[in-house]
Amino acid sequence: MKKSVFLGALTVAGIIAGGASAATLDEVKARGKLNCGVTTGVPGFAEPDASGVWQGFDVAVCRAVAAAVLGDGNAVEFVPTTGKTRFTALASGEIDLLARNTTWTFSRDVDLKFEFIGVNYYDGQGFMVPKELGVASAKDLDGATVCIQTGTTTELNLADFFRANSISYEPVPIETGAEAVQQYIAGACDVYTTDASALAAQRANFEDPSAHVLLPEIISKEPLGPLVRHGDNEWADISRWTLNALIAAEELGVTSVNLEELSAGTENPEINRLLGTEGELGSMLGLDAGWAKAALGVAGNYGEIFEQNIGAATPIGLARGLNAQWTDGGLIYSPPFR
Amino acid sequence: MSDTHAQTVAFVRETEIPQSPPPALEAGAVKWVRENLFSGIFNTVLTLLALYVVVRFAIFVFPWFYNGVWEASSRKECLDILREAGKGTGACFAVLVDRWDHLVFGFKYPQDGYWRILLAFLLLIVAAGPALFSSLPRRMLLFTAFYPFLAFWLVWGGSLWLPLTILGLIIATMLVFRLISSQIPVNIRQIVSGVIGVICGAGLAYLLFIGAQELVFIANSVGTEGMIAPIAYGVFWIMAIFAFVFCVPMGIFVGYAIYNSYEDGGLVSIVASLLFGYLAFVYLLSPIWMALNSIIPIELQAVASRDMGGFMLNMLLGTICVSLSIPLGILLALGRQSPMPLIKGVCVVFIEFIRGVPLITLLFVANVMLAYFLPPESNFDLILRVIIMITLFSSAYIAEVIRGGLAALPKGQYEAADSLGLDYGQATRLIILPQALKISIPGIVNVAVGLFKDTTLVSIISMFDLVGMIRGPIQNSTEWTSVYWEVYGFGAMLFFVVCYSISQYSQWLERQLNTSHH
Repeated sequence: MKKSVFLGALTVAGIIAGGASAATLDEVKARGKLNCGVTTGVPGFAEPDASGVWQGFDVAVCRAVAAAVLGDGNAVEFVPTTGKTRFTALASGEIDLLARNTTWTFSRDVDLKFEFIGVNYYDGQGFMVPKELGVASAKDLDGATVCIQTGTTTELNLADFFRANSISYEPVPIETGAEAVQQYIAGACDVYTTDASALAAQRANFEDPSAHVLLPEIISKEPLGPLVRHGDNEWADISRWTLNALIAAEELGVTSVNLEELSAGTENPEINRLLGTEGELGSMLGLDAGWAKAALGVAGNYGEIFEQNIGAATPIGLARGLNAQWTDGGLIYSPPFR
Repeated sequence: MSDTHAQTVAFVRETEIPQSPPPALEAGAVKWVRENLFSGIFNTVLTLLALYVVVRFAIFVFPWFYNGVWEASSRKECLDILREAGKGTGACFAVLVDRWDHLVFGFKYPQDGYWRILLAFLLLIVAAGPALFSSLPRRMLLFTAFYPFLAFWLVWGGSLWLPLTILGLIIATMLVFRLISSQIPVNIRQIVSGVIGVICGAGLAYLLFIGAQELVFIANSVGTEGMIAPIAYGVFWIMAIFAFVFCVPMGIFVGYAIYNSYEDGGLVSIVASLLFGYLAFVYLLSPIWMALNSIIPIELQAVASRDMGGFMLNMLLGTICVSLSIPLGILLALGRQSPMPLIKGVCVVFIEFIRGVPLITLLFVANVMLAYFLPPESNFDLILRVIIMITLFSSAYIAEVIRGGLAALPKGQYEAADSLGLDYGQATRLIILPQALKISIPGIVNVAVGLFKDTTLVSIISMFDLVGMIRGPIQNSTEWTSVYWEVYGFGAMLFFVVCYSISQYSQWLERQLNTSHH
């Protein structure tokens, strides 16, 4: 006879909460698709193009993981999430991986029980003001009205910054980035604050970009990275090392152009281990030997992905800055493939 | 007579003066303007003020419309085109052209399947016709009944045999109902009632027994630590004890009630057809449609619910939820008036609970919380969850509107129906509801229009309906950031067209049904 659905569901929920939802890898393989949480749209980071295909810097991480696991960078079901629904979507198992420019913080890692698999973009919170306001430093902003997105770390950083400098401000809470820009241009607030990368990207689209300035202060550390659930370390390893493979490939000079050539075997043992011609790294992860090659085959290495989506040649026009390889004075650094 | 005054009066007019036009100030447009716009100092001032506002607005908006750029691939290009043409202001309608498919169908619906949506929409007009206009032939209602299954197939794709099999099983269930309620003799029905009574009684007892065990399990896993846990622990234990104690008596009671209904056949036929329908859907549905599909495959490309979007999603949610919530609302309204305390209680609690909770909360529950309660790979469609929540929400409101209509009927109508010897079903169907629904039309339409607009709330739970599409992918794409008026104006226009048509229809219907001045 029919068992009560509700009671059954409660039981299942209890079992899930107990952390028995291991083997995400098997689930993804059985499904044939990776469920990847992305934003509902941030220029350059995740946006569907005119033909409905998701593009962007975060999207590239999803595609690389899908390629490493399933061998196909298009085997991804992109699940759009908002700032409010992203964590429940991940915790409930609706998505396997969340790549949604999410700041790595203590409480999200520990209290919300997630596992950040690395950092794919080092950001910091900045301020934008109209030039005619004549403000040179964020410390001159006493009494300003500030447009801010709700439910984000930027909201908390802002409060911390103004309290630490004992100056007052009036927040104008806004739901999405696009609305915040509109309010700012319409003059509803004197200052717009969010991650410096987003400020630069949005200013590039203003009718008159030169009428607005970014203040020199960067008031927070915003390491943005993809994350997975606690409790499935194998899956976290796969995601973490796929991201590291993209980063290491740039350092080692493996690009989408010379990928085929190098995967035939090289003099450099680390490239050989990365591309699976030497050693057993793939099988340690439970994947094919060519997992990293597949991940790199989608859109190239970290540097190429950066330049394609948000680099200086794109409308977003971000410089590498902190996100350069450690060898070039940046923070992007992958542990060795050994 | 004509020469009576010939000596005293110098001139007497003997023919009628031809009619002359009224003075220029008292006729035509001038008169209208004088009477309506400049009939006093106060009104003159107001008119001039309003005129000033209208003209300023037109000066502001008209060039924006007129200079509108229809062909460009990004907002930057729009601005460049305007700058080159030396025009200060201008709309960038190119975003509508560029993202038209996304706005209407969502960005993931397969492009070669757009005809399916259009066809479903056209057929919707045909199917809704006989339900909305009584002058159309009643035979068209057959198509209306068949339409949901056809539309499901057109929109979601897959095999045609799935909706057809569902339709077949529904018809079979109705046949079982008729067979048991009126086609078989009483002595056979007595046997059937006995068998079904035993099955249902035993089944219910077993269910309660299992439920009690589950409750104990939950109580133990909740534990007694913390502030709230002991209360939940106690509540779950009390519920478990109740279920343990009453599982057998409830089984016997229900089983006997079913057996006892063999004479008039009401309860037993309902229970039997429900039982039959449940078993048929669980055990017959997939084998039958798969078998039929392997013999004669009629398939369209299947489209997942997640891929629905744009205005189509609003129309889909609006149409389905309105058409489901009206019958549900009628049932709830009748239930709330019922003299039977159990039914009345359930309806009152349901209505008051739903009305006390904001729709957005229910949508969050549908999107986020249910995901916790359901197993991770369970195939419980997101759109289906949203449809259920919106339907429940609006049915509670419609129930209250209809209850108003029922309360407005004079008591004499109920008594007249009784004195004609009609039973409850006949009286409700023939006397009460037609009058109550007529009174309720403005209220129902009000709820329907509100519901249709509320479907845009799904954008909050990251579904890409028209508003979600604008707020998400379009405004955040590299090409179209900071395009606002054009897209939101377009959305407002679409919604206005639909909502205004609904309200015009309801006014027409009110005039049609107006029987007060014959």
